[in-house]
Amino acid sequence: MKNALPRFLLLPAAVVGSLSLFALKTETAVVPDADNAGLKLPAGFGALKVAETGGRARHITVTPQGTIYVKLNRPNTAGKGILVLRETSAGKAEVVSGFGNYGGTGIFSTHEYLYASSDQEVFRYKLNGKGEVVSPEQPEKIITGLVNRKQHESKSITLDKAGNIYVNVGAYSNSCQVKDRQKGSLGIQNCPVLDSAGGIWQFKADKLNQTYGNGIRYATGLRNVVGLDWNAQTNQLFVMQHGRDQLYDNFPNLYTSKQSAELPAECMYALKQGDNAGWPYIYYDNQQHKKMMAPEYGGDGKKEATGNYLEPAAAYPAHTAPDALLFYTGTMFPEKYRNGAFIAFHGSWNRAPEPQKGYYVVFQPFKNGKPSGDWEVFADNFAGSEANAAAGRPEHKPCGLAQGPDGSLYVTDDRKGTIYRIVYAKK
Amino acid sequence: MKALLIVVGFLAWGSSQAVAQKKPAPKPAAKPSATAAVSGAMLTAGKAVYVQNCLTCHQADGGGVDGLNPPLTKTNYVLGDKARLIKVVLNGLQGEDIEGEPYNNVMPSFDILTDQQIADVLTYVRNSFGNKASAIKAPEVKATRATNKK
Ligand code: HEC
Repeated sequence: MKNALPRFLLLPAAVVGSLSLFALKTETAVVPDADNAGLKLPAGFGALKVAETGGRARHITVTPQGTIYVKLNRPNTAGKGILVLRETSAGKAEVVSGFGNYGGTGIFSTHEYLYASSDQEVFRYKLNGKGEVVSPEQPEKIITGLVNRKQHESKSITLDKAGNIYVNVGAYSNSCQVKDRQKGSLGIQNCPVLDSAGGIWQFKADKLNQTYGNGIRYATGLRNVVGLDWNAQTNQLFVMQHGRDQLYDNFPNLYTSKQSAELPAECMYALKQGDNAGWPYIYYDNQQHKKMMAPEYGGDGKKEATGNYLEPAAAYPAHTAPDALLFYTGTMFPEKYRNGAFIAFHGSWNRAPEPQKGYYVVFQPFKNGKPSGDWEVFADNFAGSEANAAAGRPEHKPCGLAQGPDGSLYVTDDRKGTIYRIVYAKK
Repeated sequence: MKALLIVVGFLAWGSSQAVAQKKPAPKPAAKPSATAAVSGAMLTAGKAVYVQNCLTCHQADGGGVDGLNPPLTKTNYVLGDKARLIKVVLNGLQGEDIEGEPYNNVMPSFDILTDQQIADVLTYVRNSFGNKASAIKAPEVKATRATNKK
């Protein structure tokens, strides 16, 4: 830095932008893989495989110093559920350590703290000025006792700018049937699942041992939210819901197998405190653009929903499983991406016997804090081929997203544990 | 190499015989000639039941879905004790590790299927997706259903 400073001062004022500052901070430029890590990207973008972790890499966060933390679904063979990766050269990184003896999905960092979740708790770890965890073996347990009944178990997390943390507690049921996922079984009235799950709970980010009684059920009627992010422009929480499964399996007299593959939409919601998105009573039909009564609660595929339920902000193809949402605030990507949303679609299984879909990262343009214009597939071919995708046998499944300090987009894969980094190379 | 395969094949045959001998049928006198052979008709009937009831979760290739629905390929459940396998279909299953892997989804009960349908679908599963095992007959399902405690 001592040597770099005079050179920096000599640079003409016109190029003293963020770019040159960035160039000074990093030793080497990020070099995309020759095959862009096997991904299909828009013109001008490149991608590289940052590292192969070999674990089920769920969510990911990158600190301002560039340290990468990855949450594994299950602890690796060394018993570590959180991996620490540090950049080596040309944008690649290596796993330098691990900690946290629990599996899970959620991971999020602020300048001061790293937050991570198991399937029933949330922990936080103090970070030092280098973005390193100070005491990896002594986390503070901030939230405990969340419901985990082996269905929709991921406790995804994000923070607002006012010291609150938002936690998804997914419904331990497909559609609150008396007998879960059983043909013809009807819905339980006043679905009891919603008391402790099927919504987003808000807690304080700095208080220990909070559980349901200490938190607020911020929004309800959300079957399972794996991807969520705080929109700093509108100061609002956005979530991606995994829509219900098996319309045909459970109500073959009301739906065809083809309809069941295309219904219901995977929905994006912009939440306010107290909102109700309507699960299990309704689902969103993205062909009729209507909220419909669920067949478990008197619906027949034609009856529109009644009740005061939230309208989705945007809708995406059925069953494609949005597992991460990220508002892009960087400057590396072209202007159109700024403040828009990237969504990682893990890919479907509930479309069978129709061809499976997903396994891609979508870009949803935003304007004034609202989805504006059609979404587009941004990064495709995680599956490795069309045939792999159609068969539901992808090579990789995108699951987590993070923005690096330089504006790179990181993507995790929870099938093989590959960490991707997507960069824009100005032409 | 060929010799090795023959030996392995023989061992596999031998051990399956041993298993068969260890578990005498509940009422051997009732079905003296029950060889549990697999007929093409049973497989066709079983496939139809599979497509209708099982395929969404376990997939067309029986490979399941990572972390959600287990594969039906050469698992202990599929190739092992028939009564236990029949009970999975009759009662459903949740929270059990399969071949050491946890699965975060629920297998519903299919007790609405007839004895014949359950026999057919399990025979199909036991002889598809790389599996090879004896057929399951309707009377075996009937017997298991009769003693099935929920
Ligand atoms: C709603 C999804 C679903 C449907 C439909 C379904 N299963 Fe399952 N099945 C599962 C899940 C999930 C498990 C694992 C449960 C556990 O881990 O405790 C399972 C477990 C099994 C097992 C034991 C474990 C193994 O992999 O060998 C068998 C056998 C099985 N299912 C067969 C069937 C058959 C036959 C049908 C159709 C009649 C069927 N399943 C329909 C989800 C489903």
